Amino acid sequence: MRIVVGEGSCGIASGAKKTQTEIERLLAASNLDVKTNVTGCVGTCFLEPIVDIYDDDNKLYRYVRVQPKMVEEIISEHIIGNKPVEKYLIAGEDASFITKQTKIVLRNCGIINPEDIEEYIAIGGYESTKKVLKDLSQDEVINEVKKSGLGGRGGAGFPTWFKWNAAKINKGPEKYIVCNADEGDPGAFMDRSVLEGDPHAVLEGMIIGGFAMGATEGIIYCRAEYPLAIKRLEIALKQAREKGYLGKNIFGSGIDFDIRIKAGAGAFVCGEETALIASLEGERGMPRLKPPFPAQKGYWQEPTNINNVETYANISWIFEHGGDEYAKYGVEGSRGTKVFALAGKIKHGGLVEVPMGCTLRDVIFDIAGGIKNDKEFKGVQMGGPSGGCIPAELIDTPITYKTITETGAIIGSGGMVVMDEDTCMVDMARFFLDFTRKESCGKCTYCRVGTKRMLEILERITQGEGKDGDIELLLELAEKIKAGSMCGLGQTAPNPVLTTIKYFRNEYEDHIYKKKCTARTCKALITYTINDNCTGCTLCTRSCPTDAITGTLKGQHTINQDLCIQCGRCEEVCNFNAIIRE
Amino acid sequence: MEEKCLQGQFKELDPILDKYAKVPGSLITILQQAQEIYGYLSIDAINYISAITDIRVAKIYGVATFYTQFRLEPIGENLIMLCQGTACHVNGSESIEEAVCEYLGIQDGETTEDNFFTINNVACLGCCSLAPVMMIKTADGDETYGNLTKVSVVKILKEIKSRA
Ligand SMILES: Cc1cc2nc3c(=O)[nH]c(=O)nc-3n(C[C@H](O)[C@H](O)[C@H](O)COP(=O)(O)O)c2cc1C
Ligand code: FES
Repeated sequence: MRIVVGEGSCGIASGAKKTQTEIERLLAASNLDVKTNVTGCVGTCFLEPIVDIYDDDNKLYRYVRVQPKMVEEIISEHIIGNKPVEKYLIAGEDASFITKQTKIVLRNCGIINPEDIEEYIAIGGYESTKKVLKDLSQDEVINEVKKSGLGGRGGAGFPTWFKWNAAKINKGPEKYIVCNADEGDPGAFMDRSVLEGDPHAVLEGMIIGGFAMGATEGIIYCRAEYPLAIKRLEIALKQAREKGYLGKNIFGSGIDFDIRIKAGAGAFVCGEETALIASLEGERGMPRLKPPFPAQKGYWQEPTNINNVETYANISWIFEHGGDEYAKYGVEGSRGTKVFALAGKIKHGGLVEVPMGCTLRDVIFDIAGGIKNDKEFKGVQMGGPSGGCIPAELIDTPITYKTITETGAIIGSGGMVVMDEDTCMVDMARFFLDFTRKESCGKCTYCRVGTKRMLEILERITQGEGKDGDIELLLELAEKIKAGSMCGLGQTAPNPVLTTIKYFRNEYEDHIYKKKCTARTCKALITYTINDNCTGCTLCTRSCPTDAITGTLKGQHTINQDLCIQCGRCEEVCNFNAIIRE
Repeated sequence: MEEKCLQGQFKELDPILDKYAKVPGSLITILQQAQEIYGYLSIDAINYISAITDIRVAKIYGVATFYTQFRLEPIGENLIMLCQGTACHVNGSESIEEAVCEYLGIQDGETTEDNFFTINNVACLGCCSLAPVMMIKTADGDETYGNLTKVSVVKILKEIKSRA
């Protein structure tokens, strides 16, 4: 028997380390010789901490939400008594969250120990790379990728083979292959999970891609907010070098190729290719005009290819199973699978990998269980700050690059932030504009100043000071910013505003003309009152930071509207549903 | 001249500068490691790096202010990174920030008088399914806390303070 604890960032944040310590303590106390191990994230973040027990026939028993106090029972019943503790095992909806998925990118996440190359090799890891280096020509590699139909997973879905081919054709004394692990979309975390859970799959993709284009060096640009991902990548690189998979004469092929990590320093715009290159060169991350494309003049002016983490993670699978096999997943124009990161008001938040072409409903309701606390689904933000909000009535839209773009959103890197009836759409638009305004590098006037003007208007609207004509002004500015910006950041920054106006115009109008926030979130437009459910327990009085609530013990309480700052603390502490927010 | 009068003050930087000063494109790496050592980038540290690497101070300052990771002011012993990413926003991160700011009596970017806590808003910590989330950097390493409420967040801060 062996015990495996899920230790991705989310597992650790949910207390996986404490659970593991308890397991080890109890095993040692009972003198049990059971191997323990760690693994990355299985994608079921809502079930963390997760403990997997494999019996001697390698049958898996998955325990979920394992708190330290549950460990003793599991060890005495299952490990010693050989009787699984049914009540703690994954079941029902939780289990189907995993079984309904199609895992290519996440095939090893949550299964192998990412810090041990031997485990990766034991399941066939690095075999594809060996095969490629030994038997295939550069063109054959590129052709196989072409057959697979793989599109870049960093946002645009641009055909990977085409970029590789361009980088191959362009000549240079040095050539670079770069992995974009900047994962700038706030609310997306699939790249983090892959890097933490299966770093070697990404390295393999880079070695194969590097071979295809004739790269002399690989660089992984990873955002600094992911310390665990960086640590696991460092371990993976070291182990791969020791095996001779990186460095001089890799796999005995006569080719020299190594990969290094460069930690980002916190700038969303550095996810854009040319800005990323500037950042790699130690400069401010400002994008520049394309062409020349990175494949022509990239890092230090040499041919450079940049792909996303998930794109690379697909590659070794493609060479293990064949491009044709990969193309069987998905639909015309959008081949293969895509990983989505579900967060927000979703019942089961985590990672979901599905074949392209399935619908939003399949992902959000069928797999992820719909909305938290049985509230009403309002919309889903796809593509982060560059994307848009897709409303509930379009829930049956198939997920392909074409159909999602038609809604006004984009697939982007795969973030899905789900919103319910309590999410104010004007506030969401304001939130994204606040983000893009801060992250604009400042080079293009429309992006730098235009986003600020849009933000000011949105702030006014959410503060109850919206004016007739604001919506039209927003639309006009949006068009100008799109047209007047050089890089993707500015060109897409107005999208969240445009889509929310398109689908939720009534909410804008309510704010502007009726001074009302239907979702009851914009502070300036809500009031708190206390109804006669009040028992006079005084809990709210004590929690109020401005002494706005008065009332005697066991008597009806009231809120002084002049003092109330709408902080909502009274609503949070009240046990009798007596606080009314409207 | 700069180099002379600052000599000896930044001994810890020398091994890093020995390694990277002459490697093109290493400025960000140097600044990251300098910040790792001193907690922030002081003007003197920037001058020193400039003197050794021959990169103009203005350029170093330009890079340091472009990226959110770099700080030009010292921080407290424990850095509270409050996530304000999309998932956290949707799940009420603003009210968490309010609760933290009110409890500590400081705003985003500021440090408490006893130099114990600094608050910093960040974009996303990658634990979005546990939103709202914060990460606290202490002497013992980084710890991430998820599913925060206005009440639980204050409890966590009290706990950390009482450990000290
Ligand atoms: C403002 C902006 C931010 C971006 N951020 C990312 C990112 O965080 N990760 C990523 O892989 N691609 C990002 N991209 C897309 C990249 O520019 C690029 O298209 C991608 O890395 C190419 O890889 P792919 O072909 O594998 O998708 C961003 C683009 C823009 C305009
Ligand atoms: S949005 Fe807060 S952790 Fe991602």
